[in-house]
Amino acid sequence: MTAVLEVRDLQKSFGAVVAAKDINVTVNEHEIIGIIGANGAGKTTFVNMVTGYLKPTSGQIEFAGRNIMGLPPRDITVLGISRSFQVPQVFASESVFDNLLMAYAITEETGMGLLAPLYNDERAARVDSHLERYKIADYRNAVSSTLPQGIRKLLDIAMAAVSKPTILMLDEPTSGISAEEKFGLMDIIMEALAEDKTTVLFIEHDMEIVERYVSRVLAFYQGQIICDAPTAEALVDPGVREFVIGEEYHRTRTEAAARQGGADNA
Amino acid sequence: MRYLDKTVVGLSIAFLVLLFADFFMAEWVRFMGLQSLARGAVALGLLVLWRTGLVSFGHALYFGIGAYAAAMLTLVGYHDAFFLVFAGTLASGILAYLLGFLLRRYRGIFFALLNMAFSMILYGVIVKTEELGSTDGFSVLAPTFLGYAPEGEAVQTTLFLFTLFFTYIVTVGVHLYLKTTLGGMSMAVRENEIRVEYLGYSAEKVIHVKYVFSGLVAGFGGAIMALAIGQVDPDSMANWNVSGEFVFITILSGIGNVAATFIGAFVFELIRTYAFEYAPLFWQLILGGSLLAIIMFLPNGIWSLVDRLRKSEG
Repeated sequence: MTAVLEVRDLQKSFGAVVAAKDINVTVNEHEIIGIIGANGAGKTTFVNMVTGYLKPTSGQIEFAGRNIMGLPPRDITVLGISRSFQVPQVFASESVFDNLLMAYAITEETGMGLLAPLYNDERAARVDSHLERYKIADYRNAVSSTLPQGIRKLLDIAMAAVSKPTILMLDEPTSGISAEEKFGLMDIIMEALAEDKTTVLFIEHDMEIVERYVSRVLAFYQGQIICDAPTAEALVDPGVREFVIGEEYHRTRTEAAARQGGADNA
Repeated sequence: MRYLDKTVVGLSIAFLVLLFADFFMAEWVRFMGLQSLARGAVALGLLVLWRTGLVSFGHALYFGIGAYAAAMLTLVGYHDAFFLVFAGTLASGILAYLLGFLLRRYRGIFFALLNMAFSMILYGVIVKTEELGSTDGFSVLAPTFLGYAPEGEAVQTTLFLFTLFFTYIVTVGVHLYLKTTLGGMSMAVRENEIRVEYLGYSAEKVIHVKYVFSGLVAGFGGAIMALAIGQVDPDSMANWNVSGEFVFITILSGIGNVAATFIGAFVFELIRTYAFEYAPLFWQLILGGSLLAIIMFLPNGIWSLVDRLRKSEG
Protein backbone atom coordinates (compact mmCIF):
# COMPACT_ATOMS: atom_id res chain seq x y z
CA MET A 1 0.00 0.00 0.00
CA THR A 2 1.28 3.41 -0.93
CA ALA A 3 0.37 6.42 1.09
CA VAL A 4 -1.07 9.20 -1.08
CA LEU A 5 -2.19 11.64 1.55
CA GLU A 6 -0.51 12.32 4.85
CA VAL A 7 -1.96 14.75 7.33
CA ARG A 8 0.15 15.62 10.36
CA ASP A 9 -0.88 17.53 13.50
CA LEU A 10 -3.47 19.57 11.68
CA GLN A 11 -5.07 22.34 13.73
CA LYS A 12 -7.74 24.85 12.92
CA SER A 13 -9.23 27.41 15.21
CA PHE A 14 -11.74 30.17 14.52
CA GLY A 15 -10.93 32.62 17.29
CA ALA A 16 -11.48 30.74 20.54
CA VAL A 17 -13.31 27.87 18.82
CA VAL A 18 -11.10 24.90 18.00
CA ALA A 19 -12.58 23.24 14.91
CA ALA A 20 -9.82 20.71 14.45
CA LYS A 21 -6.88 19.60 16.54
CA ASP A 22 -4.22 16.92 16.41
CA ILE A 23 -5.53 15.49 13.15
CA ASN A 24 -3.19 12.72 11.99
CA VAL A 25 -4.27 10.61 9.05
CA THR A 26 -2.50 8.56 6.42
CA VAL A 27 -4.59 7.66 3.39
CA ASN A 28 -3.41 4.83 1.16
CA GLU A 29 -4.04 4.32 -2.52
CA HIS A 30 -7.41 2.85 -3.53
CA GLU A 31 -8.81 3.03 -0.01
CA ILE A 32 -12.48 3.79 0.60
CA ILE A 33 -12.73 5.72 3.84
CA GLY A 34 -15.84 6.83 5.68
CA ILE A 35 -15.71 10.00 7.77
CA ILE A 36 -18.32 9.98 10.51
CA GLY A 37 -19.19 12.26 13.37
CA ALA A 38 -22.00 14.39 14.75
CA ASN A 39 -22.78 17.85 13.33
CA GLY A 40 -19.97 20.23 14.16
CA ALA A 41 -17.48 17.45 14.86
CA GLY A 42 -15.06 18.81 12.25
CA LYS A 43 -15.66 16.49 9.27
CA THR A 44 -16.29 19.17 6.70
CA THR A 45 -13.57 21.35 8.24
CA PHE A 46 -11.17 18.48 7.59
CA VAL A 47 -12.28 18.16 3.95
CA ASN A 48 -12.15 21.93 3.54
CA MET A 49 -8.58 22.05 4.83
CA VAL A 50 -7.33 19.20 2.66
CA THR A 51 -8.91 20.71 -0.47
CA GLY A 52 -7.56 24.16 0.29
CA TYR A 53 -10.83 25.92 0.98
CA LEU A 54 -9.78 26.64 4.56
CA LYS A 55 -6.25 27.44 5.61
CA PRO A 56 -5.20 25.32 8.61
CA THR A 57 -3.83 27.18 11.63
CA SER A 58 -0.91 24.77 11.80
CA GLY A 59 0.17 21.30 10.74
CA GLN A 60 1.19 19.62 7.55
CA ILE A 61 -0.63 18.17 4.56
CA GLU A 62 1.35 16.09 2.10
CA PHE A 63 -0.14 14.78 -1.09
CA ALA A 64 1.86 12.44 -3.30
CA GLY A 65 5.02 13.50 -1.48
CA ARG A 66 4.34 17.17 -1.93
CA ASN A 67 3.39 19.76 0.66
CA ILE A 68 0.03 21.20 -0.37
CA MET A 69 -0.64 23.33 2.70
CA GLY A 70 -1.83 26.78 1.80
CA LEU A 71 -2.45 26.06 -1.88
CA PRO A 72 -5.77 27.32 -3.27
CA PRO A 73 -8.45 24.75 -4.23
CA ARG A 74 -7.74 25.13 -7.96
CA ASP A 75 -4.10 24.13 -7.57
CA ILE A 76 -4.98 21.20 -5.34
CA THR A 77 -7.59 20.10 -7.88
CA VAL A 78 -5.02 20.19 -10.65
CA LEU A 79 -2.65 18.10 -8.49
CA GLY A 80 -5.31 15.44 -8.06
CA ILE A 81 -7.61 15.98 -5.08
CA SER A 82 -11.17 16.74 -6.03
CA ARG A 83 -14.36 17.08 -4.02
CA SER A 84 -18.12 17.13 -4.18
CA PHE A 85 -20.41 19.20 -2.00
CA GLN A 86 -23.17 18.60 0.47
CA VAL A 87 -25.19 21.17 -1.43
CA PRO A 88 -24.50 20.37 -5.11
CA GLN A 89 -22.43 23.06 -6.81
CA VAL A 90 -23.49 23.03 -10.44
CA PHE A 91 -24.12 25.59 -13.18
CA ALA A 92 -27.80 25.87 -12.34
CA SER A 93 -29.18 27.52 -15.46
CA GLU A 94 -27.40 25.17 -17.85
CA SER A 95 -28.26 21.68 -19.03
CA VAL A 96 -26.64 18.59 -17.53
CA PHE A 97 -24.70 18.11 -20.76
CA ASP A 98 -23.41 21.70 -20.77
CA ASN A 99 -22.38 21.38 -17.13
CA LEU A 100 -20.19 18.41 -17.91
CA LEU A 101 -18.98 19.86 -21.19
CA MET A 102 -17.68 22.85 -19.26
CA ALA A 103 -16.17 20.59 -16.60
CA TYR A 104 -14.33 18.62 -19.27
CA ALA A 105 -13.18 21.74 -21.09
CA ILE A 106 -11.78 23.40 -17.97
CA THR A 107 -10.08 20.16 -16.96
CA GLU A 108 -8.60 19.48 -20.38
CA GLU A 109 -7.52 22.89 -21.59
CA THR A 110 -4.71 25.13 -20.44
CA GLY A 111 -2.98 28.17 -21.91
CA MET A 112 -3.86 28.87 -25.54
CA GLY A 113 -6.01 25.75 -25.61
CA LEU A 114 -8.57 27.79 -23.70
CA LEU A 115 -9.15 29.69 -26.94
CA ALA A 116 -10.13 26.56 -28.84
CA PRO A 117 -13.88 25.99 -29.30
CA LEU A 118 -15.59 24.73 -26.16
CA TYR A 119 -17.58 22.18 -28.10
CA ASN A 120 -16.05 19.49 -30.23
CA ASP A 121 -17.40 16.10 -31.18
CA GLU A 122 -14.74 14.10 -29.35
CA ARG A 123 -15.35 16.00 -26.12
CA ALA A 124 -19.11 15.60 -26.55
CA ALA A 125 -18.58 11.85 -26.88
CA ARG A 126 -16.56 11.82 -23.66
CA VAL A 127 -19.32 13.76 -21.91
CA ASP A 128 -21.95 11.31 -23.15
CA SER A 129 -20.03 8.28 -21.95
CA HIS A 130 -19.53 10.00 -18.59
CA LEU A 131 -23.30 10.57 -18.45
CA GLU A 132 -23.81 6.86 -19.07
CA ARG A 133 -21.44 5.85 -16.29
CA TYR A 134 -23.24 8.04 -13.81
CA LYS A 135 -26.64 6.94 -15.13
CA ILE A 136 -27.84 10.48 -15.79
CA ALA A 137 -28.02 10.23 -19.58
CA ASP A 138 -31.83 10.48 -19.38
CA TYR A 139 -31.40 13.98 -17.98
CA ARG A 140 -28.85 15.04 -20.62
CA ASN A 141 -30.80 18.09 -21.79
CA ALA A 142 -32.58 18.96 -18.57
CA VAL A 143 -31.68 22.27 -16.93
CA SER A 144 -29.78 21.51 -13.72
CA SER A 145 -31.95 23.67 -11.49
CA THR A 146 -34.98 21.51 -12.37
CA LEU A 147 -33.31 18.18 -11.53
CA PRO A 148 -34.46 15.93 -8.68
CA GLN A 149 -32.08 16.16 -5.72
CA GLY A 150 -30.58 12.70 -6.29
CA ILE A 151 -29.74 13.44 -9.90
CA ARG A 152 -28.28 16.81 -9.00
CA LYS A 153 -26.07 15.07 -6.44
CA LEU A 154 -24.92 12.62 -9.08
CA LEU A 155 -24.18 15.49 -11.45
CA ASP A 156 -22.17 17.26 -8.76
CA ILE A 157 -20.11 14.14 -8.10
CA ALA A 158 -19.78 13.37 -11.81
CA MET A 159 -18.37 16.88 -12.33
CA ALA A 160 -15.87 16.38 -9.53
CA ALA A 161 -14.80 13.07 -11.06
CA VAL A 162 -14.21 14.46 -14.55
CA SER A 163 -10.53 15.12 -13.87
CA LYS A 164 -10.05 11.50 -12.74
CA PRO A 165 -8.63 12.66 -9.42
CA THR A 166 -6.32 10.49 -7.32
CA ILE A 167 -8.45 11.30 -4.29
CA LEU A 168 -12.09 12.26 -4.35
CA MET A 169 -13.70 13.64 -1.21
CA LEU A 170 -17.48 13.43 -1.10
CA ASP A 171 -19.31 15.59 1.39
CA GLU A 172 -22.45 13.70 2.44
CA PRO A 173 -23.29 12.10 -0.89
CA THR A 174 -26.61 10.75 0.42
CA SER A 175 -27.90 13.77 2.35
CA GLY A 176 -31.34 14.75 1.16
CA ILE A 177 -31.77 11.41 -0.59
CA SER A 178 -34.66 9.12 0.33
CA ALA A 179 -33.93 5.84 2.10
CA GLU A 180 -35.07 3.85 -0.97
CA GLU A 181 -32.76 5.70 -3.32
CA LYS A 182 -29.59 5.86 -1.28
CA PHE A 183 -28.11 2.44 -2.09
CA GLY A 184 -28.87 2.81 -5.80
CA LEU A 185 -27.16 6.18 -5.83
CA MET A 186 -24.12 4.96 -3.92
CA ASP A 187 -23.79 1.88 -6.13
CA ILE A 188 -23.58 4.10 -9.21
CA ILE A 189 -21.01 6.39 -7.62
CA MET A 190 -18.79 3.70 -6.12
CA GLU A 191 -18.86 1.59 -9.27
CA ALA A 192 -17.84 4.52 -11.47
CA LEU A 193 -15.08 5.55 -9.06
CA ALA A 194 -13.80 1.99 -8.73
CA GLU A 195 -13.29 1.93 -12.51
CA ASP A 196 -11.04 4.96 -12.23
CA LYS A 197 -9.29 3.41 -9.19
CA THR A 198 -10.05 6.57 -7.27
CA THR A 199 -9.27 6.76 -3.57
CA VAL A 200 -12.48 7.90 -1.91
CA LEU A 201 -13.11 9.64 1.38
CA PHE A 202 -16.69 10.41 2.12
CA ILE A 203 -18.55 12.04 4.94
CA GLU A 204 -21.60 10.07 5.93
CA HIS A 205 -24.19 10.02 8.70
CA ASP A 206 -25.88 6.83 7.59
CA MET A 207 -24.21 3.82 9.22
CA GLU A 208 -25.82 1.43 6.75
CA ILE A 209 -23.99 3.21 3.96
CA VAL A 210 -20.77 3.23 5.96
CA GLU A 211 -20.96 -0.51 6.65
CA ARG A 212 -21.69 -1.34 3.06
CA TYR A 213 -19.12 0.70 1.16
CA VAL A 214 -16.29 1.58 3.45
CA SER A 215 -13.18 -0.36 4.51
CA ARG A 216 -11.98 2.11 7.08
CA VAL A 217 -13.62 4.68 9.31
CA LEU A 218 -12.44 8.00 10.67
CA ALA A 219 -14.65 9.09 13.53
CA PHE A 220 -14.60 12.76 14.48
CA TYR A 221 -15.65 14.23 17.78
CA GLN A 222 -15.12 17.85 18.84
CA GLY A 223 -12.48 18.48 16.20
CA GLN A 224 -10.48 15.36 16.94
CA ILE A 225 -10.27 11.94 15.41
CA ILE A 226 -11.37 9.61 18.19
CA CYS A 227 -11.17 6.45 16.14
CA ASP A 228 -9.32 5.41 12.98
CA ALA A 229 -9.92 1.71 12.33
CA PRO A 230 -11.37 -0.84 9.92
CA THR A 231 -15.14 -0.46 9.66
CA ALA A 232 -16.23 -3.48 11.71
CA GLU A 233 -13.87 -2.52 14.49
CA ALA A 234 -14.79 1.16 14.45
CA LEU A 235 -18.52 0.61 14.64
CA VAL A 236 -18.21 -1.30 17.93
CA ASP A 237 -15.66 1.06 19.43
CA PRO A 238 -17.10 2.37 22.70
CA GLY A 239 -16.04 5.95 21.97
CA VAL A 240 -17.66 5.88 18.55
CA ARG A 241 -20.80 4.35 19.98
CA GLU A 242 -20.99 6.99 22.64
CA PHE A 243 -20.12 10.12 20.69
CA VAL A 244 -20.97 9.36 17.07
CA ILE A 245 -23.52 6.63 16.57
CA GLY A 246 -25.24 7.75 19.72
CA GLU A 247 -26.33 4.47 21.19
CA GLU A 248 -25.34 5.62 24.66
CA TYR A 249 -27.64 8.57 24.18
CA HIS A 250 -30.51 6.34 23.12
CA ARG A 251 -29.92 4.04 26.04
CA THR A 252 -29.90 6.84 28.55
CA ARG A 253 -33.03 8.24 27.00
CA THR A 254 -34.73 4.88 27.20
CA GLU A 255 -33.68 4.53 30.81
CA ALA A 256 -34.87 8.01 31.56
CA ALA A 257 -38.18 7.22 29.93
CA ALA A 258 -38.43 4.05 31.95
CA ARG A 259 -37.69 5.97 35.09
CA GLN A 260 -40.25 8.56 34.12
CA GLY A 261 -42.76 5.76 33.53
CA GLY A 262 -41.87 4.29 36.89
CA ALA A 263 -42.49 7.63 38.56
CA ASP A 264 -45.88 7.85 36.92
CA ASN A 265 -46.79 4.44 38.23
CA ALA A 266 -45.81 5.22 41.73
CA MET B 1 -15.99 25.23 -42.62
CA ARG B 2 -16.27 24.89 -38.91
CA TYR B 3 -16.63 28.57 -38.11
CA LEU B 4 -19.19 29.42 -40.73
CA ASP B 5 -22.19 30.18 -38.63
CA LYS B 6 -25.24 32.36 -39.05
CA THR B 7 -23.97 35.25 -36.98
CA VAL B 8 -20.69 35.47 -38.86
CA VAL B 9 -22.54 35.35 -42.18
CA GLY B 10 -24.99 38.00 -40.96
CA LEU B 11 -22.20 40.25 -39.72
CA SER B 12 -20.30 39.85 -42.97
CA ILE B 13 -23.35 40.78 -45.04
CA ALA B 14 -24.00 43.79 -42.82
CA PHE B 15 -20.34 44.74 -43.17
CA LEU B 16 -20.45 44.64 -46.98
CA VAL B 17 -23.78 46.46 -47.19
CA LEU B 18 -22.55 49.24 -44.90
CA LEU B 19 -19.28 49.36 -46.81
CA PHE B 20 -21.07 50.27 -50.03
CA ALA B 21 -23.72 52.34 -48.30
CA ASP B 22 -20.94 54.49 -46.86
CA PHE B 23 -20.48 56.19 -50.23
CA PHE B 24 -24.15 57.03 -50.62
CA MET B 25 -25.53 57.66 -47.17
CA ALA B 26 -26.45 61.12 -45.97
CA GLU B 27 -23.88 62.84 -43.82
CA TRP B 28 -26.05 62.80 -40.69
CA VAL B 29 -26.77 59.09 -41.09
CA ARG B 30 -23.07 58.35 -41.39
CA PHE B 31 -22.38 60.45 -38.33
CA MET B 32 -24.97 58.54 -36.37
CA GLY B 33 -23.58 55.30 -37.71
CA LEU B 34 -20.10 56.22 -36.51
CA GLN B 35 -21.38 57.03 -33.06
CA SER B 36 -23.34 53.77 -32.99
CA LEU B 37 -20.24 51.80 -33.89
CA ALA B 38 -18.20 53.59 -31.24
CA ARG B 39 -20.79 53.13 -28.49
CA GLY B 40 -21.62 49.65 -29.72
CA ALA B 41 -17.97 48.66 -29.28
CA VAL B 42 -18.14 49.66 -25.62
CA ALA B 43 -21.42 47.79 -25.20
CA LEU B 44 -19.72 44.74 -26.71
CA GLY B 45 -17.30 44.79 -23.79
CA LEU B 46 -20.21 45.20 -21.38
CA LEU B 47 -21.94 42.25 -23.02
CA VAL B 48 -18.94 40.06 -22.25
CA LEU B 49 -18.89 41.29 -18.64
CA TRP B 50 -22.66 40.93 -18.35
CA ARG B 51 -22.47 37.30 -19.43
CA THR B 52 -19.95 36.83 -16.64
CA GLY B 53 -22.56 38.21 -14.25
CA LEU B 54 -20.98 41.64 -13.86
CA VAL B 55 -22.35 45.08 -14.65
CA SER B 56 -20.11 48.12 -14.77
CA PHE B 57 -21.47 51.62 -14.17
CA GLY B 58 -18.12 53.13 -15.03
CA HIS B 59 -16.97 52.21 -18.48
CA ALA B 60 -16.88 55.86 -19.42
CA LEU B 61 -13.50 55.59 -17.71
CA TYR B 62 -12.07 53.53 -20.56
CA PHE B 63 -14.11 55.37 -23.17
CA GLY B 64 -12.71 58.64 -21.81
CA ILE B 65 -9.14 57.36 -21.60
CA GLY B 66 -9.35 56.13 -25.20
CA ALA B 67 -10.79 59.43 -26.39
CA TYR B 68 -8.37 61.64 -24.46
CA ALA B 69 -5.33 59.51 -25.27
CA ALA B 70 -6.07 59.79 -28.98
CA ALA B 71 -6.93 63.47 -28.72
CA MET B 72 -3.84 64.34 -26.67
CA LEU B 73 -1.61 62.65 -29.22
CA THR B 74 -3.02 64.97 -31.88
CA LEU B 75 -1.84 67.88 -29.71
CA VAL B 76 1.73 66.67 -29.98
CA GLY B 77 1.55 66.19 -33.71
CA TYR B 78 0.32 62.66 -34.35
CA HIS B 79 -2.61 62.48 -36.73
CA ASP B 80 -2.65 59.02 -38.17
CA ALA B 81 -5.96 57.32 -37.31
CA PHE B 82 -4.36 53.88 -37.08
CA PHE B 83 -1.86 55.11 -34.56
CA LEU B 84 -4.32 57.22 -32.58
CA VAL B 85 -6.94 54.50 -32.28
CA PHE B 86 -4.31 51.90 -31.49
CA ALA B 87 -2.85 54.12 -28.77
CA GLY B 88 -6.29 54.91 -27.28
CA THR B 89 -7.20 51.23 -27.22
CA LEU B 90 -3.89 50.25 -25.69
CA ALA B 91 -4.00 52.98 -23.02
CA SER B 92 -7.42 51.79 -21.87
CA GLY B 93 -6.33 48.17 -21.99
CA ILE B 94 -3.34 48.85 -19.76
CA LEU B 95 -5.46 50.76 -17.27
CA ALA B 96 -8.06 47.96 -17.24
CA TYR B 97 -5.29 45.45 -16.67
CA LEU B 98 -3.99 47.38 -13.67
CA LEU B 99 -7.38 48.17 -12.11
CA GLY B 100 -8.44 44.61 -12.85
CA PHE B 101 -6.24 43.32 -10.04
CA LEU B 102 -8.45 45.19 -7.60
CA LEU B 103 -11.83 44.96 -9.36
CA ARG B 104 -11.73 41.23 -10.00
CA ARG B 105 -12.22 40.74 -6.27
CA TYR B 106 -15.61 42.47 -6.28
CA ARG B 107 -19.04 41.37 -7.49
CA GLY B 108 -22.47 42.85 -7.91
CA ILE B 109 -23.13 46.39 -6.81
CA PHE B 110 -19.58 46.78 -5.45
CA PHE B 111 -18.07 46.00 -8.82
CA ALA B 112 -20.53 48.31 -10.57
CA LEU B 113 -19.96 51.27 -8.29
CA LEU B 114 -16.23 50.82 -7.85
CA ASN B 115 -15.97 51.18 -11.60
CA MET B 116 -18.05 54.32 -11.40
CA ALA B 117 -15.82 55.67 -8.66
CA PHE B 118 -12.75 55.24 -10.83
CA SER B 119 -14.48 56.84 -13.80
CA MET B 120 -15.41 59.85 -11.70
CA ILE B 121 -11.79 60.21 -10.65
CA LEU B 122 -10.88 60.53 -14.31
CA TYR B 123 -13.72 63.00 -14.79
CA GLY B 124 -12.46 65.03 -11.87
CA VAL B 125 -8.90 65.04 -13.15
CA ILE B 126 -9.97 66.19 -16.62
CA VAL B 127 -12.23 68.92 -15.26
CA LYS B 128 -9.39 70.25 -13.10
CA THR B 129 -6.81 70.19 -15.88
CA GLU B 130 -6.72 73.59 -17.58
CA GLU B 131 -4.25 72.35 -20.19
CA LEU B 132 -6.87 69.92 -21.48
CA GLY B 133 -9.51 72.64 -21.71
CA SER B 134 -11.17 71.70 -18.41
CA THR B 135 -14.94 71.28 -18.87
CA ASP B 136 -14.80 72.72 -22.42
CA GLY B 137 -12.37 70.08 -23.70
CA PHE B 138 -10.52 70.77 -26.91
CA SER B 139 -10.94 70.06 -30.59
CA VAL B 140 -9.31 67.24 -32.48
CA LEU B 141 -8.05 67.86 -36.00
CA ALA B 142 -9.13 65.59 -38.82
CA PRO B 143 -7.02 62.43 -38.87
CA THR B 144 -4.92 61.08 -41.72
CA PHE B 145 -4.95 57.47 -42.82
CA LEU B 146 -1.48 56.06 -43.50
CA GLY B 147 -0.46 59.23 -45.28
CA TYR B 148 -3.81 59.81 -46.97
CA ALA B 149 -5.22 63.12 -45.78
CA PRO B 150 -8.88 63.37 -46.82
CA GLU B 151 -10.72 66.66 -46.80
CA GLY B 152 -14.34 67.70 -46.33
CA GLU B 153 -16.87 64.89 -46.35
CA ALA B 154 -14.18 62.37 -47.30
CA VAL B 155 -12.85 62.55 -43.74
CA GLN B 156 -16.02 61.04 -42.33
CA THR B 157 -16.38 58.60 -45.22
CA THR B 158 -12.88 57.27 -44.66
CA LEU B 159 -13.26 57.25 -40.90
CA PHE B 160 -16.48 55.28 -41.28
CA LEU B 161 -14.73 52.68 -43.45
CA PHE B 162 -11.87 52.50 -41.00
CA THR B 163 -14.21 52.09 -38.02
CA LEU B 164 -16.45 49.64 -39.81
CA PHE B 165 -13.52 47.43 -40.72
CA PHE B 166 -12.10 47.22 -37.21
CA THR B 167 -15.51 46.88 -35.58
CA TYR B 168 -16.31 44.03 -37.94
CA ILE B 169 -13.07 42.22 -37.05
CA VAL B 170 -13.59 42.74 -33.32
CA THR B 171 -17.25 41.71 -33.39
CA VAL B 172 -16.62 38.50 -35.32
CA GLY B 173 -13.69 37.87 -32.98
CA VAL B 174 -15.89 38.28 -29.90
CA HIS B 175 -18.56 36.06 -31.37
CA LEU B 176 -16.04 33.27 -31.98
CA TYR B 177 -14.41 33.90 -28.64
CA LEU B 178 -17.70 33.37 -26.82
CA LYS B 179 -17.73 29.84 -28.18
CA THR B 180 -14.30 28.98 -26.84
CA THR B 181 -13.61 27.45 -23.44
CA LEU B 182 -12.42 30.78 -22.01
CA GLY B 183 -15.42 32.56 -23.56
CA GLY B 184 -17.82 29.94 -22.25
CA MET B 185 -16.33 30.27 -18.79
CA SER B 186 -18.35 33.51 -18.51
CA MET B 187 -21.32 31.27 -17.89
CA ALA B 188 -19.38 29.11 -15.44
CA VAL B 189 -18.20 32.07 -13.37
CA ARG B 190 -21.63 33.69 -13.41
CA GLU B 191 -23.34 30.48 -12.32
CA ASN B 192 -20.91 29.07 -9.79
CA GLU B 193 -17.45 30.34 -8.94
CA ILE B 194 -16.86 27.62 -6.35
CA ARG B 195 -17.31 24.97 -8.98
CA VAL B 196 -14.92 26.75 -11.33
CA GLU B 197 -12.27 26.83 -8.61
CA TYR B 198 -12.80 23.15 -7.87
CA LEU B 199 -12.47 22.31 -11.54
CA GLY B 200 -9.01 23.78 -11.33
CA TYR B 201 -9.30 27.30 -12.75
CA SER B 202 -9.31 30.73 -11.18
CA ALA B 203 -12.62 32.57 -11.44
CA GLU B 204 -10.85 35.87 -10.76
CA LYS B 205 -8.50 35.25 -13.64
CA VAL B 206 -11.47 34.68 -15.94
CA ILE B 207 -13.00 37.95 -14.75
CA HIS B 208 -9.71 39.77 -15.22
CA VAL B 209 -9.40 38.63 -18.82
CA LYS B 210 -12.95 39.74 -19.58
CA TYR B 211 -12.36 43.03 -17.84
CA VAL B 212 -9.25 43.84 -19.84
CA PHE B 213 -11.12 42.99 -23.02
CA SER B 214 -13.98 45.31 -22.05
CA GLY B 215 -11.42 48.04 -21.37
CA LEU B 216 -9.76 47.55 -24.75
CA VAL B 217 -12.98 47.83 -26.77
CA ALA B 218 -14.17 50.78 -24.67
CA GLY B 219 -10.87 52.52 -25.44
CA PHE B 220 -11.34 51.74 -29.11
CA GLY B 221 -14.85 53.23 -28.99
CA GLY B 222 -13.61 56.33 -27.21
CA ALA B 223 -10.80 56.98 -29.69
CA ILE B 224 -13.22 56.58 -32.60
CA MET B 225 -15.66 58.94 -30.94
CA ALA B 226 -12.99 61.59 -30.47
CA LEU B 227 -12.10 61.44 -34.17
CA ALA B 228 -15.74 61.27 -35.30
CA ILE B 229 -16.87 64.31 -33.34
CA GLY B 230 -13.58 66.16 -33.72
CA GLN B 231 -13.78 67.20 -30.11
CA VAL B 232 -13.24 65.78 -26.64
CA ASP B 233 -14.85 67.06 -23.47
CA PRO B 234 -15.36 65.46 -20.06
CA ASP B 235 -19.15 65.61 -20.05
CA SER B 236 -19.68 63.60 -23.19
CA MET B 237 -16.63 61.34 -22.76
CA ALA B 238 -16.04 60.60 -19.10
CA ASN B 239 -19.04 61.60 -17.00
CA TRP B 240 -21.14 58.99 -15.21
CA ASN B 241 -24.14 59.50 -17.49
CA VAL B 242 -21.96 58.30 -20.37
CA SER B 243 -21.42 55.05 -18.46
CA GLY B 244 -25.16 54.91 -17.97
CA GLU B 245 -25.70 55.19 -21.72
CA PHE B 246 -23.53 52.12 -22.29
CA VAL B 247 -25.55 50.14 -19.77
CA PHE B 248 -28.70 51.47 -21.45
CA ILE B 249 -27.48 50.19 -24.81
CA THR B 250 -26.63 46.80 -23.32
CA ILE B 251 -30.12 46.45 -21.81
CA LEU B 252 -31.67 47.67 -25.06
CA SER B 253 -29.68 45.17 -27.11
CA GLY B 254 -29.77 42.20 -24.81
CA ILE B 255 -26.80 39.90 -24.42
CA GLY B 256 -28.05 37.20 -26.75
CA ASN B 257 -25.88 38.08 -29.71
CA VAL B 258 -23.01 40.38 -30.58
CA ALA B 259 -24.86 41.79 -33.59
CA ALA B 260 -27.67 43.01 -31.34
CA THR B 261 -25.22 45.34 -29.62
CA PHE B 262 -24.81 47.50 -32.70
CA ILE B 263 -28.49 47.43 -33.56
CA GLY B 264 -29.13 48.52 -29.98
CA ALA B 265 -26.53 51.27 -30.22
CA PHE B 266 -28.12 52.57 -33.42
CA VAL B 267 -31.63 52.46 -31.96
CA PHE B 268 -30.28 54.37 -28.97
CA GLU B 269 -28.83 57.06 -31.26
CA LEU B 270 -32.17 57.31 -33.08
CA ILE B 271 -34.20 57.62 -29.90
CA ARG B 272 -31.83 60.17 -28.45
CA THR B 273 -31.50 62.26 -31.59
CA TYR B 274 -35.22 62.43 -32.27
CA ALA B 275 -36.17 62.84 -28.64
CA PHE B 276 -33.80 65.78 -28.44
CA GLU B 277 -35.03 67.29 -31.66
CA TYR B 278 -38.73 67.07 -30.92
CA ALA B 279 -38.69 67.46 -27.17
CA PRO B 280 -35.58 69.40 -26.21
CA LEU B 281 -37.00 70.06 -22.74
CA PHE B 282 -37.93 66.55 -21.74
CA TRP B 283 -35.97 64.27 -24.08
CA GLN B 284 -34.60 62.39 -21.08
CA LEU B 285 -38.15 61.45 -20.20
CA ILE B 286 -38.53 59.83 -23.61
CA LEU B 287 -35.22 58.04 -23.19
CA GLY B 288 -36.25 56.77 -19.76
CA GLY B 289 -39.69 55.81 -21.04
CA SER B 290 -38.22 53.72 -23.82
CA LEU B 291 -35.90 51.99 -21.37
CA LEU B 292 -38.91 51.20 -19.20
CA ALA B 293 -40.80 49.86 -22.21
CA ILE B 294 -37.86 47.65 -23.19
CA ILE B 295 -37.53 46.21 -19.70
CA MET B 296 -41.27 45.55 -19.50
CA PHE B 297 -41.92 44.20 -22.96
CA LEU B 298 -38.51 42.92 -24.13
CA PRO B 299 -36.66 41.96 -20.97
CA ASN B 300 -34.01 40.21 -23.03
CA GLY B 301 -33.55 43.20 -25.29
CA ILE B 302 -33.97 43.70 -29.00
CA TRP B 303 -32.47 40.32 -29.74
CA SER B 304 -35.45 38.57 -28.17
CA LEU B 305 -37.45 39.79 -31.21
CA VAL B 306 -35.18 37.67 -33.40
CA ASP B 307 -35.52 34.73 -31.03
CA ARG B 308 -39.30 35.03 -31.08
CA LEU B 309 -39.28 35.15 -34.86
CA ARG B 310 -37.18 31.98 -34.99
CA LYS B 311 -39.44 30.19 -32.54
CA SER B 312 -42.58 31.05 -34.48
CA GLU B 313 -40.92 29.78 -37.65
CA GLY B 314 -39.96 26.47 -36.31
